[in-house]
Amino acid sequence: MSVPREKGLLNFMKLDSFDRKLLNIIQADFPLVTEPYREIGAALGITEAEVIARIKTMVDNGLIRRLGGIFDSRKLGYQGALCAVKADTDSIDQVAALVNSFPGVTHNYLREHDYNIWFTVLAESEEKMEDILSEIKKHNGIHEMIILPAEKVFKIRVNFDL
Amino acid sequence: MLTEQDKEIIRELQNGLPLVSRPFKVMAVKLNMTEEGLIERIKYFIANGQIRRFGAAVRHQDLGYLANAMVVWDAPSEKAADIGVIMAGFEEVTHCYQRPRYPDWPYNLFTMVHGRSREECVRSAEKISLAAGVKEYKLLFSTSELKKSSMRYFE
Repeated sequence: MSVPREKGLLNFMKLDSFDRKLLNIIQADFPLVTEPYREIGAALGITEAEVIARIKTMVDNGLIRRLGGIFDSRKLGYQGALCAVKADTDSIDQVAALVNSFPGVTHNYLREHDYNIWFTVLAESEEKMEDILSEIKKHNGIHEMIILPAEKVFKIRVNFDL
Repeated sequence: MLTEQDKEIIRELQNGLPLVSRPFKVMAVKLNMTEEGLIERIKYFIANGQIRRFGAAVRHQDLGYLANAMVVWDAPSEKAADIGVIMAGFEEVTHCYQRPRYPDWPYNLFTMVHGRSREECVRSAEKISLAAGVKEYKLLFSTSELKKSSMRYFE
């Protein structure tokens, strides 16, 4: 483990070796049994109550965003695409607010390029996605829009080993 | 095909697993199903790929990955599938996709590269470029995160 990464972790919160092991288990190997926290505790040699207390601390601190399923939007029947627009520098805030107003827009970044606003959009059908995008395109601070659905997925990695 | 009950399970799972001794039982009661039935259904979703992973979603920005670059590549179309596999093999690459080109957008492969600094991302891109044999590429650093949220399905 390299120093900066470790430092980033420690700056964020005090994680001891139990917490790190615990995070690895609950990220990659969460037990699907009636008493999951007891089983995790047994693997780590701590009590169920302590497992729950430690996870709660990490949730309260915001280190854990959520405990549950990470879904595959396509397999749930959703359509999605990465989109980029060229927005006037002085309209960026307005365009961003419009883009962000759609619940199906989950990620939005300002990037260093003529295509300066990059966002992902998810919708229950192709039609609903087009509705959202045509609504966004109407903004007069936008010059161009490219719609970039994934044609092939080579890799999606969502968890990191600690 | 997802049933109405499946959609209810997914909606409930999006609220997060409760931190109690029998978390699936608490959820099952709300869903009007048995604890075992719910666990079996979650296992089914995992086996079928609707759930990519079950467990904790961690904010990795806070784990020291301070720089993230979208590296876009202009790869020969006929070789793009092979090149995508090579790029996906790199540890630094967290996401790798093939996407369409446009008249003013020649790049067809997209990789997300996480690093501890801008320089680290630049070096990773150089390494990937050499290994994959693609010379035409650009790093698009994010200068601001305008939105990041978890999708709420079936709501």
